[in-house]
Amino acid sequence: MSLLEATDLTKHFPVRRGVFGREIGLVRAVDSISFVIEAGQTLGLVGESGCGKTTTSRLILRIVAPTSGAIRFEGGALDGLDRDGLRRYRRSVQAVFQDPYASLDPRMRIGAIVGEPLVINERPSSSALRTRVLALLELVGLPERSLDLFPHEFSGGQRQRIAIARALALSPKLVVLDEPVSALDVSIRAQILNLLRDLQRRLGVSYLFISHDLAAVAHMSHAIAVMYLGKIVEQGAAAEVALRPRHPYTQALFSAALPLQPGGRSDEIILAGEIPSPLAPPPGCRFHPRCPHAMERCARDEPRLAPESGRLVACHLYPAA
Amino acid sequence: MTAAVIEVRDLRTHLVTRWGTIKAVDGVSFRVAEGETLGLVGESGSGKSMTCLSILRLVPRPVARIVGGAVLLDGEDLLQKSAREMQRIRGKKVAMILQDPMSSLNPVFSVGMQVREPLTMHHGLTGRRLVQRAIELLASVGISSPETRLRAFPHQLSGGMRQRVVGAMAIAAPPRLLIADEPTTSLDLTIQAQYLRLLKDLQARHRLAMIFVTHNLGIVAKICDRVAVMYAGRIVEAGPVAAIFSAPAHPYTRALLESVPRLGETSDWLTPIEGQPPDLVALPPGCAFAPRCPEAMDRCRAEAPPEFAAGAAHTSRCWLEAPP
Repeated sequence: MSLLEATDLTKHFPVRRGVFGREIGLVRAVDSISFVIEAGQTLGLVGESGCGKTTTSRLILRIVAPTSGAIRFEGGALDGLDRDGLRRYRRSVQAVFQDPYASLDPRMRIGAIVGEPLVINERPSSSALRTRVLALLELVGLPERSLDLFPHEFSGGQRQRIAIARALALSPKLVVLDEPVSALDVSIRAQILNLLRDLQRRLGVSYLFISHDLAAVAHMSHAIAVMYLGKIVEQGAAAEVALRPRHPYTQALFSAALPLQPGGRSDEIILAGEIPSPLAPPPGCRFHPRCPHAMERCARDEPRLAPESGRLVACHLYPAA
Repeated sequence: MTAAVIEVRDLRTHLVTRWGTIKAVDGVSFRVAEGETLGLVGESGSGKSMTCLSILRLVPRPVARIVGGAVLLDGEDLLQKSAREMQRIRGKKVAMILQDPMSSLNPVFSVGMQVREPLTMHHGLTGRRLVQRAIELLASVGISSPETRLRAFPHQLSGGMRQRVVGAMAIAAPPRLLIADEPTTSLDLTIQAQYLRLLKDLQARHRLAMIFVTHNLGIVAKICDRVAVMYAGRIVEAGPVAAIFSAPAHPYTRALLESVPRLGETSDWLTPIEGQPPDLVALPPGCAFAPRCPEAMDRCRAEAPPEFAAGAAHTSRCWLEAPP
């Protein structure tokens, strides 16, 4: 059984205008996507702005409720949960966000920041709390004296360690990592990526890793899902998707990923045009206006996500779609 | 060697803060020739943006002051120019593209007005010729139906489109030197690829000297000819891109290249750089990278290394390169 299973997950946001809030359109932020997150593994979610990756993470964190579709966690549907059930779910699913300068309260000491989830959920005695907070700080590699300091006394990388310690306080089963290293200095990113990986090994926690740094996603993930305008266009084992992409969008995306050797790449695909508005996605395959391989039927029929070379691809180039 | 368009000699810019004086730019020297791209690489606080602002004499006053050095543009020292002379140089001979296009575009004026402004100011164009030239400029940066776009306001354009408008304004003169300060950081990957190609095209067409500021080594590998790596206000290594990627001389450059995940590499662990970025108010004596350097010796902690030759047109500020 997978840890988390999303089936036909959909989130539409109505766009309203005027004094009566007349509905003038629908943003299909996430449109019928399905994926699984295995216990102790990482699912990487990639795509450009507006593709729905942040909405997907908010659906998983249950900050927003889906328009339709279902999320099952450890076999149980989220929809059927009562208040207590939801509270237990939220303890099991935590998040680390991009900007550690915005996600930590500047007026709280580190001990209080990291201990807050414990205080709220478990009301431990003050000595038990101190022991557990110290254990969490040690887990993320921060010294004991951090306890009484304020966030401004730490660098970006250390702040992200604090955010990770807080996310791990309630021993979650899944942590949503939304661009966890993008705001950090280049020389610090490897430290944090290594830490996250080490924690996964030691604690068996699963990650949903969202990033626009494709090399980092490929490095961290067991499986990768590529999104474009609310749809998953390709999904499969990380090495397959990153190194042998099949969907024309994934191919262009990974060819735009920057090389780390000069002059190494000659096969670069530069897409024409811009990302269309999710308010009015193109008919048929949503990628067809920018696709170098677009055929007549791509503008008409929406391709199905179907098996192709050991992963799922939604593209008419392959017979199964 | 072809004559340098821009030559920066021993530039020093200091910031006076409550906590002490920060040597944001501490003796930086480099040159960029016509048609050449220099990548200026470093982390936040390394002084790369402050170096660029010093070239244009746009450092934030009164906190920052250029305290020494020379900035030679075609042989003339910009640091000796009057404020009026500088106004005629900015935008005409030296243009700059910033990270966030919304900080260079005025939200309350139409794209057309903003593209026309440098043309009126520097070239005295008016009337139909002015409009014609503005349309040409927008078309040359790949904006479709430029006639209608002239009437659009910045908020009606996408991020990539806005950055193209900024690019059009930058090459209006065209300038001798284009400074691009992380121009693609706010763009999506596929749009970034489009924009980098556009910059290279514009550079080739106008033979621009270009300084490209970035923290992304991938972009350097892709579009730069030479690279200068900055750490704590100094250039610690400089040389041709190929040499720096294949044989980095400075331990910091080496560590940076090793710490970045690469596509297709399957090792489980990255090689991180230990420690934290330097505290610029309290830099250690000696080499600023010594506290994080795996190869640091006693000498590194006592004495700042000068620039040593590490190959053809390749320098490194590291005692490891000291001739025996």
